[in-house]
Amino acid sequence: MRLYAFCVYLFLYIPIGVIALFSFNAGRHASQMQGFSTKWYGKTLSNPFVMDALETSLIVAFTSALCASVFGTMAAVALQGIRGPLRTAFDMLIYIAVMIPGIVIGIATLIGLVTVFDQLNPLLAALWPEGLNPPKLRMGMGSLIAAHTMFLMALVVIIVRARLVGMDRSLIEASSDLYATPMGTFMQVTLPMIFPAILAGFLLSFTFSFDDFIIAFFVAGSETTLPIYVFSSIRRGVTPEINAIGTMVLSVSLLLLIAAQLLLQRGGHKSK
Amino acid sequence: MGNGDYAQDAAPKGRKVVAELRGVSKYFGEVCAVSDLSLSISEGEFLSFLGPSGCGKTTALRILAGFEVPTEGVVILDGDIVNSLEAHHRPVNMVFQQYALFPHMTAAQNIGYGLRQRRPRLPRAEIADKVYKTLDVVRLGGYEHRRIWEMSGGQQQRVALARAIINEPKLLLLDEPMAALDRKLRKEMQIELQDLQRQLGITFVLVTHDQEEALSMSDRICIMREGCIMQIGSPQELYDRPNSRYVAGFVGTSNFFDGILTDNKGVLGTVRVNNEMPMQASHGSDLAIGQDVCISIRPEQMKLHRQGEGLWVKVLNRIFLGEHTEYLINHETLGDFLVLSPRQAEMAESPFNPGDRALVSWEPSAALILDNK
Repeated sequence: MRLYAFCVYLFLYIPIGVIALFSFNAGRHASQMQGFSTKWYGKTLSNPFVMDALETSLIVAFTSALCASVFGTMAAVALQGIRGPLRTAFDMLIYIAVMIPGIVIGIATLIGLVTVFDQLNPLLAALWPEGLNPPKLRMGMGSLIAAHTMFLMALVVIIVRARLVGMDRSLIEASSDLYATPMGTFMQVTLPMIFPAILAGFLLSFTFSFDDFIIAFFVAGSETTLPIYVFSSIRRGVTPEINAIGTMVLSVSLLLLIAAQLLLQRGGHKSK
Repeated sequence: MGNGDYAQDAAPKGRKVVAELRGVSKYFGEVCAVSDLSLSISEGEFLSFLGPSGCGKTTALRILAGFEVPTEGVVILDGDIVNSLEAHHRPVNMVFQQYALFPHMTAAQNIGYGLRQRRPRLPRAEIADKVYKTLDVVRLGGYEHRRIWEMSGGQQQRVALARAIINEPKLLLLDEPMAALDRKLRKEMQIELQDLQRQLGITFVLVTHDQEEALSMSDRICIMREGCIMQIGSPQELYDRPNSRYVAGFVGTSNFFDGILTDNKGVLGTVRVNNEMPMQASHGSDLAIGQDVCISIRPEQMKLHRQGEGLWVKVLNRIFLGEHTEYLINHETLGDFLVLSPRQAEMAESPFNPGDRALVSWEPSAALILDNK
């Protein structure tokens, strides 16, 4: 049984280890180790296409994680106030939203947005003052952020909800008993207590958005995110440069995930 | 269960009434938590709701605090009807069972919380000043920067108390505040709480299931059962003149002898106990002949002796308790019951041993005929 578990882990992590290893390859072949070097990292970081894609990815990840954290927290707090079958329904919908495959979200968002844009664009053109160029809605950074925010929101709701459920209800009552308005209670008691969970949700969302390829592939329009760039350059063969990008993305993602986990644990202890 | 006739709504005379419940009921769905509560609370008094868990005492407190809206009836606070006034608008503060202190704030921040909510805002210096004074009142000087989880249970309770009294509420509500403390600390806090109440003159409303706590601290106790008020009165009234078997059994211990009321004409009524033995005892006004009743006699009201008048009984057991000795006694018709004999009586006459025959007697006025519910 132990051997079996060992093999499973080996199978899971060897490819990742190989990628990390070969990113330090001195030679230019992805299958032959020819000495240790960090030159591919330098090359990657000076490649303007990579840097452009990285910038797009960072903007999208930051903005969508921020939006998801704000809206997700609002949704989670609102859901606390609902009881009965309505709440069960909302809970199920949120879990489903997390489990839906990325490809479905991608296609659905693409079709949805294209349809809406087709309806809105002529309307905008008609409403716009004469002589000025009417804005044209199309796929791009905006649609990417919107699509990511949508699926990340469900994630934030689940994380924040878990924290809210664990929170002592009498704290809210105590605050209200001490003359705080509902808004005052939220700002002074609820928010500080669920903040670690919100931050953890933000970090997880950031990681997920930053790593996402499938949804981005459908809704990015002419924008190129880092995963899209990696995908398109792989078609020209795997180079150590790709390995270097992969290793960097992996390290940053792992760091953020660990930070999120620590936040959730610490937040949990404090409430006890 | 209409218990309106049992609820003696007699607030101490001459004092201003701060809060009043009139026919208040609260239903959670089909479940009735409290039913037809009527009482008034006067300024500066210490009132306790006493009853077993699930008797509705906490619901009554939460209605006063504004956390529950009564289904029926009227809640009056300081002369105004406040039925649907939200908790944060009520000049009432609560000490929660588990204290509900804010874990992300220091002791001082917790205590100043209520003052920081005032609009227009109070000057910071004034809040700080009041917080320090209140810390001294609850003897927590020097603890202002402590985090809540760095404090012991007793200290946390003082913070909870300070956080409430700093606002000078019209009513201070205490929801089983001692439940989380160990026995020794509880005794200390009871005395301290009583001192504090006299010193500040704030009206205290305490909820407890601990009869000793209620008896030692309260001016008046409201005994509750299944959502209804059974009796309201001073601890002594409840002990000496309980209006039902339930109250007599809940406040102190008593011996009960079941029977049927056969005569209620004179000062003393007659009860046929266990369908054979007529016994005389003082009776309340609202008992009918033929009714199921019981006679209640406190163990310390009974005397054991070797000569004179009385019932012949057998001593089953003797427990020495220091200032008292407790005898378990058996009478062939009345069954087993307890007699508490004070130290002096024990010194005067040689003690009884298990197996001895003895005479037991009591003053007729010490025996009460009570409704058997």
